[in-house]
Amino acid sequence: MKKIETIIRKSKFDEVKEALHRIEVNFFSYWDVTGVGNEKQGHVYRGVSYSTSDIQRRFLSIVVSDPFLEITIDAILKSAATGDVGDGKIFVSNIEESYRIRTKEKGTDALK
Amino acid sequence: MEANAVLDLMWIVICGILVFFMQAGFTLVETGFTRSKNAGNIIMKNIMDLCIGSLGFWAIGYTVMYGETIGSLIGTPTLFFDDVENMHNLFFQTVFAATAATIVSGAIAGRTKFSTYIIFSFVMTVVIYPISGHWVWQGEGWLTELGFVDFAGSTVVHSVGGWAALVAAILVGPRLGKYTDGRSNAIPGHNLLIGALGVLILWLGWFGFNAGSQLAISGDSANAVAGILITTNLAAAAGAITAMVVTWISYGKPDISMTLNGALAGLVGITAGCAAVSPLGAAIIGVVAGTVVVFSIDFIDKKLKIDDPVGAISVHGVCGALGTLLVGVFAIDGGLLYGGGFSLLGVQAIGVLAIGAWAVGTAFVVLFILKKTIGLRVSREEEVDGLDRHEHKASVYNK
Repeated sequence: MKKIETIIRKSKFDEVKEALHRIEVNFFSYWDVTGVGNEKQGHVYRGVSYSTSDIQRRFLSIVVSDPFLEITIDAILKSAATGDVGDGKIFVSNIEESYRIRTKEKGTDALK
Repeated sequence: MEANAVLDLMWIVICGILVFFMQAGFTLVETGFTRSKNAGNIIMKNIMDLCIGSLGFWAIGYTVMYGETIGSLIGTPTLFFDDVENMHNLFFQTVFAATAATIVSGAIAGRTKFSTYIIFSFVMTVVIYPISGHWVWQGEGWLTELGFVDFAGSTVVHSVGGWAALVAAILVGPRLGKYTDGRSNAIPGHNLLIGALGVLILWLGWFGFNAGSQLAISGDSANAVAGILITTNLAAAAGAITAMVVTWISYGKPDISMTLNGALAGLVGITAGCAAVSPLGAAIIGVVAGTVVVFSIDFIDKKLKIDDPVGAISVHGVCGALGTLLVGVFAIDGGLLYGGGFSLLGVQAIGVLAIGAWAVGTAFVVLFILKKTIGLRVSREEEVDGLDRHEHKASVYNK
């Protein structure tokens, strides 16, 4: 089992979600995050200009069985890209065990 | 009571209720234009200046303003006003006094001690506001005798509040982080939607503020009231459009909070002359106020380095003075452009200066004493964490 963590543009979230549904990855968690990076955002408030390096993105955490790893990554790479700086990152790590609380199933059965 | 008198009284009461609602507008503008960590403190300041103003103005302030004149300078004070035939006047004037007091709150948001603000607010409603108000509105005040025109209070209410706000903002000092290395930093408000709702509520309340100041609606007053609604609305609209255009040109984008300030600038500007100028004159006053407010906010923020988070000094002080002076230019009866010469303009200038000096002087004395005794400002730690957490042990936004 693998955990795929990805930081994507908020504006690409719906497309990524659709792409994941199409390959039948139907369960994942997400939350909004603020980070810093290469991008600077300029603002003007009451005539005073300022820029923040605070970047708003969405963070998705997806746990899949090993056979799903490649197609999931592929789906994210295609659906989250605009080609501009700031499209985000994907991180993959191992998951030792998983359980479904209701049925007490474990391993990949718990992911279905 | 005869029917026309009942109608007039009813109009004053309805308008008083509208002016009361402006307190909600002030609360929302101040909260929206500042950071969320101080929202609870702003709620408390705005509720308390209304409550303290209501009790203080009834207890003594009303008669200081409207009591029998002593040398055309001050009314004869009597305690706990209870003349049953003048309750509608007490009500209408109370909500005006509360408006003058609450203007100060916005300019000192985010760093001022709550207890100090309460004391200052009390002095504002029982001493500072009623005495200069007496000069103009009691009927026998010295400015009335000169022929000074301030129909609904550009100077009497708004400038007094604005100049007191200027003194307060200087004495309390800027918010931490507002000025670093001699540069002005932006401290964006946390919710412009709340600010916009506040401005629209103020705009609504202003119809009561200005049209109610006719103090009658029967007979010939009916048309006058309708005319005031038009001049008031035109000035506000022109002010907002102008501020938007000015910021669009100077900053590259139409600035939201400045446009909102522009509407208020137009409203403050027309308050003195709403019954004296034509609709065209009102629109021009709005354009002038909407232009001046942007440059004034810029100048006070970047050149004078006085931190006024909501622009109260420019909107109420500067545009109040400006609107009062422009009566001398645009008044159909006696204005410069209508062949009246400079005499009305001169009288308007005397009034603006005299009341400005009074407000600045008295606010300075009171705030200076408070600064040397209980202090004006919260501790550094309190300010960084937000006033809500230390002054009130609370937070406004909870999950």
